Amino acid sequence: MNISEILFYFLSAMALGSAVMVVVSKNAVHSVLWLIVTFFAISGHYILMNAQFLGIVNLIVYAGAIMVLFLFVIMLMNLNSEAEPKKNRWLKMAGIVAGGCLLLVFVAAFKNAEIRGQHTQFNKGNIGLIENLGQLLFTEYVVPFEISSVLFLSAMVGAVVIGKKSD
Amino acid sequence: MERNLIKRLGSGIYIMKIEYYIFLSIALFCIGIIGVLTRRNAIIVFMCIELMLNAVNLMLVAFSKMHYLAQGTKNPAAGSDGQLFVFFVMVVAAAEVSVGLAIIVMMYRNVHAVDINVLNRLKH
Repeated sequence: MNISEILFYFLSAMALGSAVMVVVSKNAVHSVLWLIVTFFAISGHYILMNAQFLGIVNLIVYAGAIMVLFLFVIMLMNLNSEAEPKKNRWLKMAGIVAGGCLLLVFVAAFKNAEIRGQHTQFNKGNIGLIENLGQLLFTEYVVPFEISSVLFLSAMVGAVVIGKKSD
Repeated sequence: MERNLIKRLGSGIYIMKIEYYIFLSIALFCIGIIGVLTRRNAIIVFMCIELMLNAVNLMLVAFSKMHYLAQGTKNPAAGSDGQLFVFFVMVVAAAEVSVGLAIIVMMYRNVHAVDINVLNRLKH
């Protein structure tokens, strides 16, 4: 039982537990906070696998920007005290059963997959560092990078147009 | 099955079987699916979609390190593509969230609800 193993178990339990709490929380603000905990755990997994760039970007983009946007919208709508309306219990049950069936199918499909004998690597390997990823991003993947800037521009324009008062 | 989850190679590299990451990602993805199917608040449905995207990202990073372990001696950049895909998934998710939250705010302004049972006008 070395330190990586303890960290793997701890981060996995943290990610799964807080993901469950996202779904079961009644209060929307609590859901956002639990989702931030999940993102921290997933960033921990990235750093455990020496994907340092993605670990930091995950924290900055998801936990820093996207979740603040969610929190801002929830506070703006003043939904945080309002309880969710009662809904059909059978519908909820059916959703849980459908998700469980999907889990069952995935586990059964991957149980004997060819990939099972392979290993993932933890503490060595420089492919996750900024130097290597930046080199690749600005040489081989420069076209998707530029296209993503157009995507962001159109998303910005779209958000402004949708959010504008339409009278 | 061996007792130890993580093995140590001779050169100080720790390796772990890929299926633990596969099953962790599957569990996270299915929690996201269950959230989408059972919750009625549109914002929480959105958050569960983010959870599913993150489960897929985790799997991509694990596979990229797996590919590097298998091919890294021949090609020092093996597996970098997977991590760049994760980067682009994050880019698309950020754009998607900004537009989606704008739509939710607009709907709230029009019908004063974010309950997706109320938002069924396209059906009629």
